[in-house]
Amino acid sequence: MSEAVQPLGGSAFDGLVHLSEAPLQGMITLRADLSDAAVKKAIKAATGQTMPDIRGASVQEGQGVLWMSPDEAMLLVPYAEVDAALAKLTKSLGKVHALAVNVSDARAMFSLRGPAAREVIAKLAPVDMAPGAFEPGMVRRTRFAQVAGAFWMEDQETIHVVCFRSVARYMFDLLSVASDPASAVDFF
Amino acid sequence: MSTRLATGGRLIDRSKAQAFTFNGKRFKGYAGDTLASALLGEDQMLMGRSFKYHRPRGVVASGAEEPNALVNLGKGTAHEPNARATTTELFDGLAATSQNHWPSLEFDVGAVNTHLSRFLPAGFYYKMFIHPRPLWKHVYEPFIRQSAGLGRAPDPETRDPDTYEHFYAFVDVLVIGGGVAGLQAAKAAGDAGAKVLLIEQNAHWGGRAPVDGGSIDGQAPEAWIDETLSALQAMPNVTVRSRTMGAGVYDHGYVLGYERLTDHAPQMDGPRHRLWRIRAAQIVTATGAIERPLSFAGNDIPGVMLASAVRDYVVNYGVVPGDRTVVVTNNDDAYRTALALKAAGLAVPAIIDARPNGGGALMQAARDQGIRVEVGRGIAKVKGGKRVSSVYMCDQAGSGAMLEEIPCDVVAMSGGWSPVVHLWSHCGGKLTWDDEQAFFRPDADRAPTGADGAAFVSVAGSANGHMGLAQGILDGDAVGKAAAKMAGFKPKRTKAPEAVSEDEAALVPVWLMPQGASRDLRAKAWLDYQNDVKVSDVQLAAREGFESVEHTKRYTTLGMATDQGKLSNINGLATLSNALNEAIPQVGTTTFRPPYTPISMGAIGGEARGDVFQPIRRTPIHEWHETNGAHWEPVGHWRRPYCFQRAGESVHDAVNREIKATRDSLGLLDASTLGKIIVKGPDAGRFLDMMYTNMMSTLPIGKCRYGLMCTENGFLTDDGVVARLDEDTWLCHTTTGGADRIHGHMEEWLQTEWWDWKVWTVNATEQYAQIAVVGPNARKLLEKLGGMDVSKETLPFMQWADGTLGGIQARVFRISFSGELSYEIAVPANQGRAFWDMLMEQGAEWNATPYGTEALHVMRAEKGFIMIGDETDGTIIPQDLGLHWALSKKKEDYLGKRAQQRSHMTDPNRWQLVGLETLDGSVLPDGAYAAADGTNDNGQRNTQGRVTSSYYSPTLDKGIAMGLVLNGPDRMGEVISFIKEDGETEMKATIVSPVFYDPEGEKQNV
Amino acid sequence: MLILHCPYCGIDAEETELHAGGEAHLTRFGPGSSDDDFEGYLFMRENPRGVHFERWRHANGCGKWFHAARCTNTLEVFGTYSAQTTEPPEEIRKILAKKRPGWTWRDLK
Repeated sequence: MSEAVQPLGGSAFDGLVHLSEAPLQGMITLRADLSDAAVKKAIKAATGQTMPDIRGASVQEGQGVLWMSPDEAMLLVPYAEVDAALAKLTKSLGKVHALAVNVSDARAMFSLRGPAAREVIAKLAPVDMAPGAFEPGMVRRTRFAQVAGAFWMEDQETIHVVCFRSVARYMFDLLSVASDPASAVDFF
Repeated sequence: MSTRLATGGRLIDRSKAQAFTFNGKRFKGYAGDTLASALLGEDQMLMGRSFKYHRPRGVVASGAEEPNALVNLGKGTAHEPNARATTTELFDGLAATSQNHWPSLEFDVGAVNTHLSRFLPAGFYYKMFIHPRPLWKHVYEPFIRQSAGLGRAPDPETRDPDTYEHFYAFVDVLVIGGGVAGLQAAKAAGDAGAKVLLIEQNAHWGGRAPVDGGSIDGQAPEAWIDETLSALQAMPNVTVRSRTMGAGVYDHGYVLGYERLTDHAPQMDGPRHRLWRIRAAQIVTATGAIERPLSFAGNDIPGVMLASAVRDYVVNYGVVPGDRTVVVTNNDDAYRTALALKAAGLAVPAIIDARPNGGGALMQAARDQGIRVEVGRGIAKVKGGKRVSSVYMCDQAGSGAMLEEIPCDVVAMSGGWSPVVHLWSHCGGKLTWDDEQAFFRPDADRAPTGADGAAFVSVAGSANGHMGLAQGILDGDAVGKAAAKMAGFKPKRTKAPEAVSEDEAALVPVWLMPQGASRDLRAKAWLDYQNDVKVSDVQLAAREGFESVEHTKRYTTLGMATDQGKLSNINGLATLSNALNEAIPQVGTTTFRPPYTPISMGAIGGEARGDVFQPIRRTPIHEWHETNGAHWEPVGHWRRPYCFQRAGESVHDAVNREIKATRDSLGLLDASTLGKIIVKGPDAGRFLDMMYTNMMSTLPIGKCRYGLMCTENGFLTDDGVVARLDEDTWLCHTTTGGADRIHGHMEEWLQTEWWDWKVWTVNATEQYAQIAVVGPNARKLLEKLGGMDVSKETLPFMQWADGTLGGIQARVFRISFSGELSYEIAVPANQGRAFWDMLMEQGAEWNATPYGTEALHVMRAEKGFIMIGDETDGTIIPQDLGLHWALSKKKEDYLGKRAQQRSHMTDPNRWQLVGLETLDGSVLPDGAYAAADGTNDNGQRNTQGRVTSSYYSPTLDKGIAMGLVLNGPDRMGEVISFIKEDGETEMKATIVSPVFYDPEGEKQNV
Repeated sequence: MLILHCPYCGIDAEETELHAGGEAHLTRFGPGSSDDDFEGYLFMRENPRGVHFERWRHANGCGKWFHAARCTNTLEVFGTYSAQTTEPPEEIRKILAKKRPGWTWRDLK
């Protein structure tokens, strides 16, 4: 069996923040009515985390769930356990009208670490990154320069960015450019 | 001569000398200088040439409104034209050159135009170059192009070495302008708890206050400014940025801020400019006011300057533009210039005040200093060539008879002040004419309104028409508090700072000096210095019927230069309204548009340059392609290999080789870009029956079906193979460019029309690397990899199966776009490269050959398969392409069905798809039209068809084509003529079946 | 550059996150409909100076379509609401009655 590899093979850059391609991450897109108690239960069973409210992210150590829309959630599980999680999810969803798809390989994921993490995002996405406006526990789907992406905060100095695999190189280059060590804005 | 004073200059640091060059000559200035002040300090008054007449031009202003002192900055990759010397901060090593002259600034051949000015009036170009028509292309246009344009564009071969970026900021109150009104507005809003951003275009704060004097809360303005700035910087909810211009105000509180980070210190690392993309609940523009020139003959001669600018150079930079300065004014403010010059020990031979009774306290102060004040007088004309030598004083009421010649080398003029209302106006704020102060100011009752319908811009200080120090600071306080309140905060009941400055007597509007100036004088009284528009030009425009200010602007080019008429606008429209005998407010003003002053293209582009100019989508196998000779073809944002070129091989050779290898043995195609959308739910079958023209609900599990999608207009929009995964799940393949679009299309119908249908969709395109294994040896290769049964019996044509191949999870589709035995295999993207490598390695014994999109296109054309985007162009319905078999007759409805019943869709004369073969085997030009008898109303040949795809087929060793031809399917065997690109040469081709290769499908069905 | 509130994810999204989708509340006519009805559905659109109802999609966001009631003249946004409705809801009409008395749109008032 061939080893699965990250889209960029684990690239990293040090600048305003420490930017690194995240290790392989299991991801499941779930389309279902998120207000349905059965759906919430199934999500908890598959991820161990409680389904958060609107625009919420509950993630702990690579396991968790992100609110993507009223009928879409992104479940995060260890890469090797996606099939098992999918099976668990399908089983507990039973007859509930839902669609769960493994999208682990369809995405690239990057982590920004450092006090300037908010600032780097604010150079690329039309989002208010001020403390208070965006905080850990929230997820935001938006646009990074010219491509779609989503991000959430692990803590005040750690932000995870997810985008489509095909634009992994673009996203990495973009985040690197925005992390130019001489480009601090000092706004937040 | 202009020179540096021995002492003084509040903004310069005399301990830090800075060396720079102008036109190659070495000069010295100080840290804190602008290029303009440093040049003046070195007696370089001449800084440029005007656009039309190449008149010598000296600096006239001291800030962003400067029309004359435009220079080329830097060399090579750092070259930038049209930089304003007045806002360019001096640094050690700065290199500038002047513009718009040949051979030199001092001696310019183009200046001959000034002697022709009688023959080059407004509208000259429009009148002159119309006739005779042929001369335009060969004589007039080349001539105009040669002489047009200011500055020199950077060499196209150079690449800007600097970087730029954007920054998104969200604030409650944005204050634009860091003069005393802006500072106080920011303070008031910040004290109320609002999140405030204060931006100032200059490097220093406080605007004009430190130059103009007075006191604030008993302190000198400068001390108050420092104190207030420190207080603002200490507030956690306030951000202040200098060198950041409010460039434009847009809908719903959107503002562009233009921050110049390294222009003043190019040795610094980091981005050169940062474009702030600001959203503010409330915007306060405290952008100050700009002094107006006076219109008298010779007012463009170097040495004629704005009175405030003369004062700025003395106070801020310790530079005097000349030894003897005549002040000419219609208001009290200009007296401050006379007093400042006197205080610096320089001669002021006279103050010429156009007002019959002169001014108030400031006039008295000037007289007390022994300065001669002449009231009711004007300047008839200024004498001098490249420098002022004297002025002819006259009665303002008369027509210009000289009373006295006064020798001088500087004329400091003031025609009053105009509030900078640009930002207020950008987003629709309206203006009102203030008769008393003779300017347009913002009409607070007609403010720009935002998403909630409420005003979101307010104006503070002199920009709001509150001209004095005391008034300005009071207004700033009130407007700052009001803005905070509008943004949802509770302003504190604090007292505004109290400021004191001299009382000023009223000004008297003067639009022409003297008021009855003769024609000769009017033809030398400049309104627009950069574009050479004079009082006489605007009057001519009025006589010729250009009554609208917008038309006059375009006819005369008044205000159309790079300074956008900051000095000329009001004087120009006052001249026009006088000529039309209408009041100024009736004539109105031209529209102010962003940006306030030009901003760099780099800043607009932001990070989008080099590697991140545009996203390039890469498949998991992209790198392999890159290192193996891929000749790229962009498909949407994807890059797909067009072919894999080997050393010594042409592109054409490579394509032919790839086709041959595939048809003879084994080819591999990276098909990862094809869209893969999963559709699931109890209503999924019903939904897909609406999406596709054919029946998808009846597709058995495990099978594949080719489907067509149309829009509601009936036109073909996408195609692809659909596989049924289980009872209520389908997988829909789309074209490479179609994945996002078709997924969006599906979601649109589900969300907005059939929202009660139980269907979910997920775009899983990028989860998989998809590889087509194609050719007579395809099965052998898969069997060698092992893991699943891919035999004809277990996996026949148009079926799919899940399994593993070579130890990798795989979904295998038996589908063919080439007419060969073919498998499309989807594997997890993260193992895609490994799988490709495995196929290449294990397939070596069958000469496994990767092929690109061109081979794909040729092979599908040989089979007569249509291609979305080739055979379709947004006007083609399936019926045009002979795809009736894919249109379900059983279904009552599908998207596009009703449209396909419209009369012109059922017209039997719509062009239909056929194959085309030239008589001599050559290749038809793609897109060529088939000629028919006769000509149309435009005298062009009538047409009866066109080529949609055309290739050389290496399989058949001849040109093959598909095309749409009138009644084509009924005309098999007929020879028709196509016209080549030259529009004349005819190529004869026979109408044939579009299936050129293996019409029975024996090769793919094995 | 407009900002519209997405009623599905609650974001005040700027225009670069959005995709405009034309006029709202069209009634689909399919096979069996008259030529006039079909022409009206496919081609005939309002072009008001004032109150307008539009479709937008939060494309670079939650992906949901929604409706917006907006003034094409002043760009005032009266409200955004669910895509799953065939006409403007009561609360939007109330706002319009207050802010734009006498408004009309197609046969609505």
